[in-house]
Amino acid sequence: MSVPSCQLFDQTKEECGVMQSPLVDFSYVGIDAILEQMRRKAMKQGFELNIMVVGQSGLGKSTLMNTLFKSKVSRKSVLATSQEKIPKTIEIKSISHDIEEKGVRMKLTVIDTPGFGDQINNENCWQPIMKFINDQYEAYLQEEININRKKRIPDSRVHCCIYFIPPTGHCLRPLDVEFMKRLSKVVNIVPVIAKADTLTLEERDFFKKKIREELRSNGIDVYPQKEFDEDAEDRMINEKIREMIPFAVVGSDQEYQVNGRRLLGRKTKWGTIEVENIAHCEFAYLRDLLIRTHMQNIKDITSSIHYEMYRVRRLNESNTAVTQANGIPEHHLSAHEM
Amino acid sequence: MQEPQQQHQDHGGHEADRENEGQDHPHTPSYLRPPVAGRAQSDSGSEPSLTQSKCVEFDLPSPVSPSRPKSPWSLFDPYDNNEDKEYVGFATLPNQVHRKSVKKGFDFTLMVAGESGLGKSTLVNSLFLTDLYKDRKLLNAEERITQTVEITKHTVDIEEKGVKLKLTIVDTPGFGDAIDNTECWKSVADYIDQQFEQYFRDESGLNRKNIQDNRVHCCLYFISPFGHGLRPLDVEFMKALHEKVNIVPVLAKADTLTPTEVQKKKIKIREEIEQYGIKIYQFPDCDSDEDEEFKQQDLELKESIPFAVIGSNTVVEAKGKRVRGRLYPWGIVEVENSAHCDFVKLRNMLVRTHMQDLKDVTRETHYENYRAQCIQSMTRMVVKERNRNKLTRESGTDFPIPMGPAVSESETEKLIREKDEEDIMQTVPETLINKVKKQFLC
Repeated sequence: MSVPSCQLFDQTKEECGVMQSPLVDFSYVGIDAILEQMRRKAMKQGFELNIMVVGQSGLGKSTLMNTLFKSKVSRKSVLATSQEKIPKTIEIKSISHDIEEKGVRMKLTVIDTPGFGDQINNENCWQPIMKFINDQYEAYLQEEININRKKRIPDSRVHCCIYFIPPTGHCLRPLDVEFMKRLSKVVNIVPVIAKADTLTLEERDFFKKKIREELRSNGIDVYPQKEFDEDAEDRMINEKIREMIPFAVVGSDQEYQVNGRRLLGRKTKWGTIEVENIAHCEFAYLRDLLIRTHMQNIKDITSSIHYEMYRVRRLNESNTAVTQANGIPEHHLSAHEM
Repeated sequence: MQEPQQQHQDHGGHEADRENEGQDHPHTPSYLRPPVAGRAQSDSGSEPSLTQSKCVEFDLPSPVSPSRPKSPWSLFDPYDNNEDKEYVGFATLPNQVHRKSVKKGFDFTLMVAGESGLGKSTLVNSLFLTDLYKDRKLLNAEERITQTVEITKHTVDIEEKGVKLKLTIVDTPGFGDAIDNTECWKSVADYIDQQFEQYFRDESGLNRKNIQDNRVHCCLYFISPFGHGLRPLDVEFMKALHEKVNIVPVLAKADTLTPTEVQKKKIKIREEIEQYGIKIYQFPDCDSDEDEEFKQQDLELKESIPFAVIGSNTVVEAKGKRVRGRLYPWGIVEVENSAHCDFVKLRNMLVRTHMQDLKDVTRETHYENYRAQCIQSMTRMVVKERNRNKLTRESGTDFPIPMGPAVSESETEKLIREKDEEDIMQTVPETLINKVKKQFLC
């Protein structure tokens, strides 16, 4: 909403009534109003977010999604499957919802991967997932190089992949390492310790430390990646987050009365675990990271780094194909382009 | 362990559920609506609602959940602390986007065009409170005879309330000054096309990290107040450029006109613009849910085209107030007084309300048109080349080579050519981009 300019003029006049400089007396142009214009546009357009959840069955993936977005957004809630059958091969299922809060609209897509890690032989079980992610990049690339492009290219690229680590308490399994090693190169991975209410605080700390060590020794770069910190401020905030990964989460979609307040939690005979209580589990940190503070950053890294890497690779590939047909040596061209 | 209880709840009937829901959340905010799409199945009510009305007593005291950590958005935070528990929290998204843009800063390229002496430089300085033309040397008549239209660029960084703007002013000295002004807009059109081409190259290239956006976002065209509406030069210029850039016509030196004369001229100019089919920049229509004040302002804006402006770099004293204006023996013209001229409207439009839209239209319409045309002309060359090679039996290099004198083609040839172009355009547009790249890079 723009302030009528005459009002603004009076205000600045009074403020700098005694300024001496002849030219820049009333020095308010109003550039900061562009933020308001951007906000207006963003509110109209809405946002898109695509989250993938990966992990063995039974680790609480669907419940966690429902808890995060405070509504039934997961695959299980939408499709009425009476019995949970483990599929023979990995399937990729995505469900989209339009959600709105305080005037901000978001198209949330949750991509589920039932069957991951559930087979007897889990060799190469990450391949369908990698293919899916690359297919989304490909679709975006094709739209982008189209001659008549859409005003706003629909973004189906996977912004974030939440990987569920079973709470063994010891260390990462070979499957976990293999998966994260490969996928951290193409997508932002956020590892979480699932069903963390089976670990005591000491066990949890030990487990986390062990996981961080293993991630480091295997060269796995999870979100927030160190190399993409933009400035000192970012680095400071992200360092704090990096010291807490992986988040130990508990999900729940049932409410209980605790001390006169209604809270989401899990009731057991020995107490109630409150999902949003940071003394109990780290769900609140995960939610804050994913939604309240770093959502845009996650999307930016996907589009400006992961997607760009894919694009460069693809364009180089097709270049090679063309030049080989024409008999021009490949290194000749690369020199030009770089 | 939980399940049997849930099923029991179900049998109890849905009314009970809904009633309880109402009781438990008297203050449920209306903002939080359930997901709309894809919920058709679950809406049938066969599943228990998200919020169950369970009252459970406990023996062990549990610590109170601490409130959300202090948010980084401070003033702009759409949630206050107490609302924490009920919201998911993604309404901070616009703030997150802002934060990135504020860090990066914005850029804007404004072109000013019009004959000399219409007050372009003064207006630019007044608009942005800058001093861009301080050391300018004005040419006299003899020097101007041989002068061609050049394009000059001035860049200035402005910061206000933490927002950084990199403003580029593109000036066209010499426009309309010569005796024979035929096609004097050509260098201007070429400049705009060059910026598009540069951007197209950058966008199709491999390293897209820091693309500089030098595309012209808006062109202020200065119409002389001394004529009777648009002159032939004005018409030709605007028609040559209206599909390349957003044109905002401006009635210069409006203090030579009385209010009635201004009105008449504006109406005449608007009619002529319509008559000649000139597509000036159109303000986007208001949404129906905007407030009345906004709609009123929007309407006034649309009816003020062309903006009758006065510029001034000096501050004069009037009735004990210091104002930016022009001092005449018969009175003082105040630049920022909306009763005197439309300067304030123009500035608000350009900077405060429509800057983003100007950039969007440039990006989505003018640039996309250029890009589509560029690719089509590349395709055409490729097709011609292939046809030529077919005739001469050379091995196809597929590199677009500049053609010799154009051969007039018969109707069938034209159809064949167009069909070929279509084929090429549909198959693998990607290899086409490579060809485009090669042409630029070789």
